[in-house]
Amino acid sequence: MSEKRRFEPKIVAFFCNWCTYTAADLAGVSRIKYAPNARVIRVMCSGRVDPQFILDAFAKGADGVLLGGCHPGDCHYAEGNYKTLRRMRLLERMLKGMGIEDGRFRLEWISGAEGDKVKVVINDMVEKVRALGPLDLPGRAKGWDKELEALAHGVRKSEDKKEPTHA
Amino acid sequence: MRIGFYICHCGTNIAGTIDAAAVRDFAAELPGVAVSRDYKYMCSDPGQEMIVQDIRDNKLDRLVVAACSPSLHEETFRKAAAKGGMNSFFFQMVNIREHNAWVHEDKAAATQKAKDQVRAAITRVRFHKALEKKSVPVNANVLVVGGGIAGIHAALTLANAGKTVTLVERDSTIGGHMALFDKTFPTLDCAACILTPKMSAVKNHPNITLWTYSEVSKVEGYVGNYKVTVKRKTRYIKEDLCVGCLDCIEACVFKEPKFRDDFNQGLSKRKPVYMSFPQATPKLVTIDPETCIQLKTGKCRKSCAEACDRKAIDFELKDEMKELEVGAIILATGFSAFDPKRHAYYGYGRYPNVYSALEVERLVNASGPTNGEVVLRDGKHPKAIGIIHCVGSRDEHTNKWCSRVCCMYSLKLAHLLKEHTGAEIYDFYIDMRTPGKTYEEFYDRLLQEGVHFIRGRVAEVNDWAMTPEEEGKLVIRVEDTLAGFVRRIPVDMVVLSQGLEARKDAGDVRRLFNIGCGTEGFFQERHPKLAPVSTFADGIFIAGACQGPKDIPDTVAQAGAAAAEALALVDAGHVELEPNTSHVVEEECCGCKSCVPLCPYSAISFDEAKKKASINEVLCKGCGVCAAACPSGSIRQNLFEDEELFGEIEGVLS
Ligand SMILES: Cc1cc2nc3c(=O)[nH]c(=O)nc-3n(C[C@H](O)[C@H](O)[C@H](O)COP(=O)(O)OP(=O)(O)OC[C@H]3O[C@@H](n4cnc5c(N)ncnc54)[C@H](O)[C@@H]3O)c2cc1C
Ligand code: SF4
Ligand code: SF4
Ligand code: FES
Repeated sequence: MSEKRRFEPKIVAFFCNWCTYTAADLAGVSRIKYAPNARVIRVMCSGRVDPQFILDAFAKGADGVLLGGCHPGDCHYAEGNYKTLRRMRLLERMLKGMGIEDGRFRLEWISGAEGDKVKVVINDMVEKVRALGPLDLPGRAKGWDKELEALAHGVRKSEDKKEPTHA
Repeated sequence: MRIGFYICHCGTNIAGTIDAAAVRDFAAELPGVAVSRDYKYMCSDPGQEMIVQDIRDNKLDRLVVAACSPSLHEETFRKAAAKGGMNSFFFQMVNIREHNAWVHEDKAAATQKAKDQVRAAITRVRFHKALEKKSVPVNANVLVVGGGIAGIHAALTLANAGKTVTLVERDSTIGGHMALFDKTFPTLDCAACILTPKMSAVKNHPNITLWTYSEVSKVEGYVGNYKVTVKRKTRYIKEDLCVGCLDCIEACVFKEPKFRDDFNQGLSKRKPVYMSFPQATPKLVTIDPETCIQLKTGKCRKSCAEACDRKAIDFELKDEMKELEVGAIILATGFSAFDPKRHAYYGYGRYPNVYSALEVERLVNASGPTNGEVVLRDGKHPKAIGIIHCVGSRDEHTNKWCSRVCCMYSLKLAHLLKEHTGAEIYDFYIDMRTPGKTYEEFYDRLLQEGVHFIRGRVAEVNDWAMTPEEEGKLVIRVEDTLAGFVRRIPVDMVVLSQGLEARKDAGDVRRLFNIGCGTEGFFQERHPKLAPVSTFADGIFIAGACQGPKDIPDTVAQAGAAAAEALALVDAGHVELEPNTSHVVEEECCGCKSCVPLCPYSAISFDEAKKKASINEVLCKGCGVCAAACPSGSIRQNLFEDEELFGEIEGVLS
């Protein structure tokens, strides 16, 4: 039997420059090995991350999105991460509404000294998202489009039918 | 658009894991890429020269380099871009070493990841705009926090270079831990003889303002332009009148000293009015509000105040807040010694004759509580003494790290205790760590002096005698790992060589100055090898044991380095700031004011007449919080514009 290839989730990671990005640098310098699925995008502060970035990443095919910032109280800009936290709690509700499972979006505080935590978080996230399977939001969106079209079509038909009575 | 792409092999650091040629060929096919090359070391002169030539010959207008972390070489390649005649911000760096080659083993997966990372950068770089670094003036004054040997040395170095320095020390005197010691390893030179001249030099230096009994309470601003608020606690002494004659101490209504003397580690008592030690600098007395009757109840004869013929004592004095503007700050707040009570098996606090090393430093000190005579708490003179290394070091249950100085100071104490008491000395070590100039030789000397060295981590100190010889003694139980059996050594005195750890308040201090701490709690340097005294906050440097355990020679060397870094910064007169600030595109602002309260630096104001927000670029530190929040998308953060970030997202995913 041909073995089915293991699903490799695509994860987009937004890391703040001062803590989490530095932690990932430290993991590198310490040669800590972890799963190659995450693609890091650097921002100065986790507070720069607009929920739209996360939605866009899902829409463009990410199976998971990780947002990493400094621990509460440690943000290089005093309080950016508190704003992130508030914003992301709202986003999480919205993601749920869209049918995006828990665990596909994750917010983690990783300090510049926690190189090992980068490994732990990324490995854990890759495992969990792998278990969830591909998200395929673009595919689902196409599905939704079709549904919408069918719906629109149905409405038009019924309206067509109704027409004579109105006449 | 003509993009130049370069991938660095970094020897085999990158090319050993990532197929550089494959990434090069992949990039060559991406839209807009005019040149795509790989090279062994892009950061080398020939590597940079290649970029410069290509920009000129091929009229490149964007540059992407896939190599190490931008924290290492972003500046290098920005400079190369500029040298070729390109705006240096038309450049984007891809971190395929720290974030890829060094952390992955699967070569195919690593190469695929590298391609995604590169495509992201190439997509993003198209949206880059020409930017200029902002140049801001730098205040030439420097603040040093902490007056141990590190702070003293840094302050003197800067002052000698002609800079105006303020040294803020929390304690009533400068000197730090070194002031406690009688002798210092490995030379056994008298600590006071080498420290006190430097302390006086600080006090007398025309360029140094010394604020003891003070603490920094607020820090604002940015590199080159810090505004610092210092709380100067009152000693209830008019500092300009007190000459340190100590008549007040003599006259205090407490005829005998009654309160714990912190300087002597609690081995003696002091009065509410005190001076820590004769060479305290500044030479001023201090009245402790916790124990002074007048300050606690308002009902005292105030015999101290009467005794002072200069009328220097004033119970009405209040704490003062002072403001200070400086260009650079050096933190030299030192360490705390491990509290041996946390190591329950060694009996500290339970058996009076178990001492901490700092207590023994005071006991053997000629100006200590016993004038250097080693008498135990029970009045006896010890005939056998055990010194236990690594108390609160190299231990899973307390601190994992090696404290670096304990082996050496244990040897020092072994020598001094032998000299002072003639007792048999047993020294229990796990490994003898004596790296350092003439340190191993010092160990050799101790071997010849007849100290008994026993290799093994001590299991327990107790007073349960099993033989008549053990009666009335402290018994040290240890597995002698050289002899290969468990031993019981009866002694009269036990010395616990406590490790070095971060101060309890290191977390608060770090937040105040916006720098980082490692997991062990010591201040984090910007780079462990290449930027050992810098921090992630530009203009804030660290020196001495606040950065990690170290001895006096290393502390002084680091303090010199921090002073040199601070000097290089403030002497330049101006500093260039990353242009990653935000601005409002006025036509697009809908006037919702969402952004205004978000800025941690109050950089955003709202023009009620125009109904538009605007950002003061001098105050903006470039976090991007406002840009993320603006519902109309009218705030742009330079280098992190929406298009650039969406470009990256698209790039990693397509
Ligand atoms: C028992 C023992 C024996 C030792 N013997 C030797 C020896 O023989 N030879 C040797 O080379 N090394 C020895 N060492 C190591 C030595 O003590 C250190 O290398 C040295 O003290 C480090 O100096 P420092 O200035 O960094 O820190 P510290 O000496 O700790 O000084 C820090 C100063 O900063 C002040 N401070 C702290 N926080 C603040 C704040 N928030 N605001 C303002 N001020 C603050 C403190 O009050 C203190 O004055 C020994 C250490 C121990 C524990
Ligand atoms: S959030 Fe945006 S639209 Fe609202 S006031 Fe600020 S800049 Fe204008
Ligand atoms: S980027 Fe940050 S610091 Fe700058 S104006 Fe916006 S919120 Fe303030
Ligand atoms: S800088 Fe790391 S979260 Fe703000």
